[in-house]
Amino acid sequence: MKFGRLSALLIALLLALAACGGDDATTTTGAAIDTTNGTTSGEVTKVAFVYVAPIGDLGWTYSHEQGRLAVEALDGVETSYIENVPEGPDAERVIREFAQAGNDIIITTSFGFMDPTLTVAAEFPDVQFVHVSGYKSAANMSNIFGRMYQPRYLTGMIAGAQTESNIIGYVAAFPIPEVIRGINAFTLGVQSVNPDAEVRVVWTNTWFGPPEEKEAAEALLDAGADVIAQHQDTTEPQKAAADRGAYSVGYNTDSRSFVGDSLLTAPIWNWASKYVPLVEEVRAGTYQGDESWWGGLDTGVVDLASYGPSVTQETIDLVEAKKAEIIAGDFDVFCGPIIDQAGTEQVAEGTCMEDGDMLGMSFFVKGVVGEIPAG
Amino acid sequence: MSLDLISSILGIAVFAGTSLTYATIGEAITERSGILNLGVEGMMIMGAVTGFAAAFHTGSLMIGVLAAMGIGALLALLHAFVTITLRADQIVSGLAITLAGTGLASFLGERLGPDHGALVGLQGPRFRDVVIPGLSSLPVVGEALFAQDLVVYSMYLFIPLVWFYIYRTSPGQQLRAMGESPATVEAMGIPVLRYRYIYTMVGGALAGLGGAHLSLAYTPGWSENLTGGRGWIAVALVIFASWRPARAFVGALLFGGVNAVQFRLQASGTTISANLLNMAPYIMTILVLVLVSSASSLRSRLGAPAALGVPYSREERT
Repeated sequence: MKFGRLSALLIALLLALAACGGDDATTTTGAAIDTTNGTTSGEVTKVAFVYVAPIGDLGWTYSHEQGRLAVEALDGVETSYIENVPEGPDAERVIREFAQAGNDIIITTSFGFMDPTLTVAAEFPDVQFVHVSGYKSAANMSNIFGRMYQPRYLTGMIAGAQTESNIIGYVAAFPIPEVIRGINAFTLGVQSVNPDAEVRVVWTNTWFGPPEEKEAAEALLDAGADVIAQHQDTTEPQKAAADRGAYSVGYNTDSRSFVGDSLLTAPIWNWASKYVPLVEEVRAGTYQGDESWWGGLDTGVVDLASYGPSVTQETIDLVEAKKAEIIAGDFDVFCGPIIDQAGTEQVAEGTCMEDGDMLGMSFFVKGVVGEIPAG
Repeated sequence: MSLDLISSILGIAVFAGTSLTYATIGEAITERSGILNLGVEGMMIMGAVTGFAAAFHTGSLMIGVLAAMGIGALLALLHAFVTITLRADQIVSGLAITLAGTGLASFLGERLGPDHGALVGLQGPRFRDVVIPGLSSLPVVGEALFAQDLVVYSMYLFIPLVWFYIYRTSPGQQLRAMGESPATVEAMGIPVLRYRYIYTMVGGALAGLGGAHLSLAYTPGWSENLTGGRGWIAVALVIFASWRPARAFVGALLFGGVNAVQFRLQASGTTISANLLNMAPYIMTILVLVLVSSASSLRSRLGAPAALGVPYSREERT
């Protein structure tokens, strides 16, 4: 009996190790080769990335991985990453190990990594920490994010122009301000070109749940939606729309090669446009180590994916003009008048929402059908 | 609710419940023989990734399904070896297989694609709906039950066959008996350990088939977390179903249908909290457990096999 239990544990351990081999792949490549080759680069800068999901998610983490590859291509820079790091005590351990391994810059890319990053940053004052999607900073820890609501507004304009049923479905992740802000920006874009269209919201309470996200999209299609937008990291809502001959608006990356031409466009991340200058500034000693940076369309960190063939030139012109206005600072999404679902004016004409209010957004604008669950 | 809506929800419940039904019946068969297999989730997700990869590279759905069942059976063989031959703890071994299977599936998903690349996002062959003329024009249930894919239709045949095997054949009777009193069955001259190996592998193959239905029909393609905990729901459904195949199907329909209902309520602009609706499947499990156990407690304490999870050895008979 004892022998049996022991062998089971041993086999369990072996299997778990095998599993970790696939999961926690740590990769270090790149510039070490450059230096041995005797290129001009002097000291090697080591940059480490902590990812919450697998890089194969084709979504959020994939978009950061594209940024890492751009950094990797710089002369004299060496990068490494760990994927699938759970938010919680494990994250702190991973971040600390990266700091102890002599990394110069550590970039953590999930909201739940904020406090662990802060803790480790206090222990390693000579390392530059960069946290994505949070709000806390320290002398050697900056927080950065993108104004995703700007391209979401533009995708709303396209969806509003494209819908014939005037019902647009939005597969929503969790009822938090970031998601609510996205739904509102999208709806304001829809209403700017088509005041009769409504945006119906279904919450899945997932960031990455293929079956749930497919089912939610189908429920919206059954309710008459002919365009499906989403906030989650899978392409399932887009595939569900394609199966029913409906259109979709993606998220994170341009998924046209996987979904096909039913994809109208998508609001996407372009992290290279931030990571490359950030790393260069740190190397030059000019980086403001405690910055709170929320980059919009003007910085390129957020953008639009390619347009689907069914988007008319007229709509494209309209969207491009609006994009230019946003980049020039002549227009922003949450400038008044903004009316909420109940008909109350939330932002008066001539004023714009402050960043703080946007970051805590907790109401739906007129045109959204659905509720923000309490709690 | 209109009849159309009922029909549509029933259709989705059947479609969504198919993977659960196969996995649950498989686990029920394994548990009937006295082996607890908590590796169902790992076997399902390995079935999903292997099935999709095999179908993608060969273009044959049948090869995909067979590969998925094969990998499920292979993992189950490992579980059987560890728990039956080595007589190790069944819970530890099952959990290890789920953990390893989940990790291995991610690993393979990044390497089984073309040129050893990723499988994620690729489109491959998938089961299409086959509308059965005549039956599909029945009111309400017609389209829901008879405009589905071949894996679903196989399930309609499979459920009564399993029922017949368990309750009406002599090997089925031995299967039920070896979960209750393996020593008695052994005394009849039946090699209990060999049959436990077989039934564990049958359960694993069915879990793999459930996974294949996900990656080849329900959410065609491979992505991480494709099973989303369905293997664990299957383990719970076995108790819910009192180890009976028909009840397993009913339970799988309820679980498959709940999300369909709650997403539809949300899409129609309902005021019911999404959090409450998300709790519905779990509340339902508890309710059914209460109902089932109070109704049949005198007879069989839910019908759990008495020797479930207990290693058996000829030498150690008491």
